[in-house]
Amino acid sequence: MIAPAQPMIDIRSVTKRFGDFTAVNDVSLAIGPAEFITLLGPSGCGKTTLLRMLSGFEHPDQGDIRIDGADVTHLAPYRRNVNQVFQSYALFPHLSVWDNIAFGLRMQKVPAEEQRRRIEEVIDLVALRGFEKRKPTQLSGGQRQRVALARAIVPRPSVLLLDEPLSALDAKLRHQMQLELKRLQKHLGMTFVFVTHDQEEALTMSDRIAVFNQGRLEQLGTAADIYHRPRTAFVADFIGEANLVDAELLQRNGNVGRVRLKGGLEIIVPLDQWPEGHAKAVVSIRPEKVHVSKQPIKAENVFSARVEEEVFQGALDRLTLVTDAGTRLHAIVANESALLEAIHEGDQVWCGLHMDDLVIVAAD
Amino acid sequence: MLDGALGIWTVVVFVFLYLPIGVLVAYSFNSSKLNILWESFTLDWYVQLWSNAPILRTLKNSLIVATGTTAVSVVIGTTGAWLLHRYRYKFSRSLQTLICIPMMMPEIVMGISLLIFFTAVSLPLGYVSVMIAHVTFCFPFVLVAVQARLQGLDPALEEAALDLGATPLKAFWLVIVPCLRPAILSGGLMAFTLSMDELIISYFTTSPASATLPLKVFGMAKVGLNPMLNALSAVFIVTTIILVLFSEYLRRLGTRPAQAA
Repeated sequence: MIAPAQPMIDIRSVTKRFGDFTAVNDVSLAIGPAEFITLLGPSGCGKTTLLRMLSGFEHPDQGDIRIDGADVTHLAPYRRNVNQVFQSYALFPHLSVWDNIAFGLRMQKVPAEEQRRRIEEVIDLVALRGFEKRKPTQLSGGQRQRVALARAIVPRPSVLLLDEPLSALDAKLRHQMQLELKRLQKHLGMTFVFVTHDQEEALTMSDRIAVFNQGRLEQLGTAADIYHRPRTAFVADFIGEANLVDAELLQRNGNVGRVRLKGGLEIIVPLDQWPEGHAKAVVSIRPEKVHVSKQPIKAENVFSARVEEEVFQGALDRLTLVTDAGTRLHAIVANESALLEAIHEGDQVWCGLHMDDLVIVAAD
Repeated sequence: MLDGALGIWTVVVFVFLYLPIGVLVAYSFNSSKLNILWESFTLDWYVQLWSNAPILRTLKNSLIVATGTTAVSVVIGTTGAWLLHRYRYKFSRSLQTLICIPMMMPEIVMGISLLIFFTAVSLPLGYVSVMIAHVTFCFPFVLVAVQARLQGLDPALEEAALDLGATPLKAFWLVIVPCLRPAILSGGLMAFTLSMDELIISYFTTSPASATLPLKVFGMAKVGLNPMLNALSAVFIVTTIILVLFSEYLRRLGTRPAQAA
């Protein structure tokens, strides 16, 4: 995990309430310079409220926020060196592409010649050459997105905030823009704070991901961290897919132990994340980590199961397995070859689980 | 059957609404001094109208009053609509109702109460008093038109302006006002028309020197109907219709999805 020595953004124990509803609950988060961080979570988890406190449209009830070393907790939006790309883009409908982009520079009273040079530069950067005189209504969704981006980066903010900026684009354009945004962020060396509810988007672009749930920061880490080492059942379930199975500790042997899963299957799991003093917890098993074969398998945990259901999805096969002991598990198998031992409904198969692929999370 | 009923209804309504106006306009071209008999076509009454100094003087007064009223109403109506829309006051709803009451208040009540008020604060009757009186019932029309437009405006537009370094005042002037322009124009035209046509409130709140055109017409009509009044009314009708149509056109322009784009 990156632990920035001199954070660009330092959020300290911030709480925000709207009436009886606590939107952001005691969140602390340090974001490094030139870092691409994603605030991820379902709607109403507090990610947008936190972003609005960074832009200055909301102010914390408790805690404080520093940007680039300066306390901005109660600073008005027009007094902070932070710009935002809005979900609706919020382009000024009466102004041309050029004037939209120039708006921030004019507010800063940048000399006309420098304004022109910087706008030309950013127009090339976001590939909008030839569209300068158009009005926002004469642009496609993707082009509007670029104008919004250009308008927000041309004043050279120390932090760029992006509020679900890709949600209005179609899937193909969205993928393309994800990569372009990542490239742009590296090129500019600017701190990007990206808000989304789309876990795939988060995994694609971010240096680090902050997962939010019900106003709390549930987990902070790199994409791989969050994916392979989820700390709560919520994170395991929200990022990727997971079999979340209740488990009871039967026998402890140093760092590993034997547990009985709901249904009856007994497996060996690592205990380093097992909640202290609890007899019960939840085991998170990624469906793609369930190895399935018609031949015997080598793994720390091997058992046989029956294929209850098979869903063919092209590159992938989704299986619902019921172990002999009676535990139900979902598995995803890559369809490597049509000829190679195809697995079908009703087949009896061998399953293997590597201990390293098993993660213990706290029961909710 | 129902189609027939609707047809009859339409005919009756239109006859009652527009036949008298049609007759009035037609007789403004009648050479006879009497409104009942048609003699021959003439433009004499329009020529007389144009050379009638008292009428022209009151027309000038009306234009001064209507222009002033419109300017003040647009400023008060637009800022009022924005403040009510943007900031949640404790009494927003009651305030809204209070603002709209003058739109429906009997004019005679408004006129008398304003006269008493002006006397109480010893404001001499004249251009200023009549303009204040007109603003009280004209600015709500601007306010309501602007409010309708604001409903469809993306709230992120103001935030985007603030985010880019505009103060709230600059954001309002540089971003919000341009987005509201059709509604402001439409409301302004409405205010202008209402002020030009207003009789009863003007009667109570103006002085002979600042008398408006409707007052003059009313005075002339009391003495006796004159074909020159027909000509004057015809001019009035045509101007009003043009202004109303134009304001309606602008309003429609404004209610088109005001997308943030």
